Amino acid sequence: MHLAYPAVLAALLFCTGLYGVLARRNAILVLMSVELMLNAVNLNLVAFDVWLRDTLHAGQALTLFTIAIAAAEIGIGLSIVLMVYRNRGTSDVDKLRDTAEGPAADDEASAMADKAAQEAAQKAEAAA
Amino acid sequence: MSHLAAAAEQGFLSPTGVEIAFLLVGIATLGAAVVTVTTKQLVHAALWLVVALGGLAVEYLLLTAEFIAWVQVLIYVGSVVVLLLFGLMLTKAPIGRSPDADSGNRWAALTVAVAAAAALVWVVVDAFRTQWIDLDGPAQGSTRVTGEFLFQHWVLPFEALSVLLLAALVGAIVLSRKSDNDKEQR
Repeated sequence: MHLAYPAVLAALLFCTGLYGVLARRNAILVLMSVELMLNAVNLNLVAFDVWLRDTLHAGQALTLFTIAIAAAEIGIGLSIVLMVYRNRGTSDVDKLRDTAEGPAADDEASAMADKAAQEAAQKAEAAA
Repeated sequence: MSHLAAAAEQGFLSPTGVEIAFLLVGIATLGAAVVTVTTKQLVHAALWLVVALGGLAVEYLLLTAEFIAWVQVLIYVGSVVVLLLFGLMLTKAPIGRSPDADSGNRWAALTVAVAAAAALVWVVVDAFRTQWIDLDGPAQGSTRVTGEFLFQHWVLPFEALSVLLLAALVGAIVLSRKSDNDKEQR
């Protein structure tokens, strides 16, 4: 098999994931795009491992490690997103601007954050 | 220098059966990935991600990395996508079309992605124009081979990885647990 096939596919998948990370607003969709990027890297690792006929099979071992680390990452990432959603009532990365510098007045921002937190708490209690 | 000999025998315009299968599955995978990052229905994005990850598992099979293909199916399609769906449900994602799924910087993101894709594809094609993967002979990623190299050469990273997974598990539990202080404040 020509080596360019898996290499080009991996490059295109990586750029698809890159677009998703930059363009998506929901944090969970951003995590999905990160998974796409990690998978593109995995495809590259496997293809070059098979190409080089490495006796240590470093590429395939590294792919297995990447898959395990991606699973850990998605677990931690989702729990962080859930905590943010519980505290703020939203998981849109565009709206999480507490640490942004800008002309927005601090009082207004903190008041809105308090209000969102109260709403989230009420929702959580209602759900429970 | 077997690669050079292989390169001399094979031509650009005579793709083998494996190459054609790889190309077709690759197109399907890439299409599913594009739909994943562009669809406005959040749950559909997770389901298209299943198609993309399953297509990648088929690509691993075509590259004779069998064990990684099944690990891909088990871990990604089996658990990561289920976790993502749980996350979507727990954050009360809208089921229908949500017009604000993409943020305002979509065109900047598209520009960056297309520029990166053009640069990467150009470099990769230019660099590996004359390289062929030799897929003949015994499979290089069968379960026996994988077990042998993993537990002969990669035991220490493997064990370290189990500690990392344990730490991630504990961290996720701690992060998602409601602390007692919160209840007292309410």
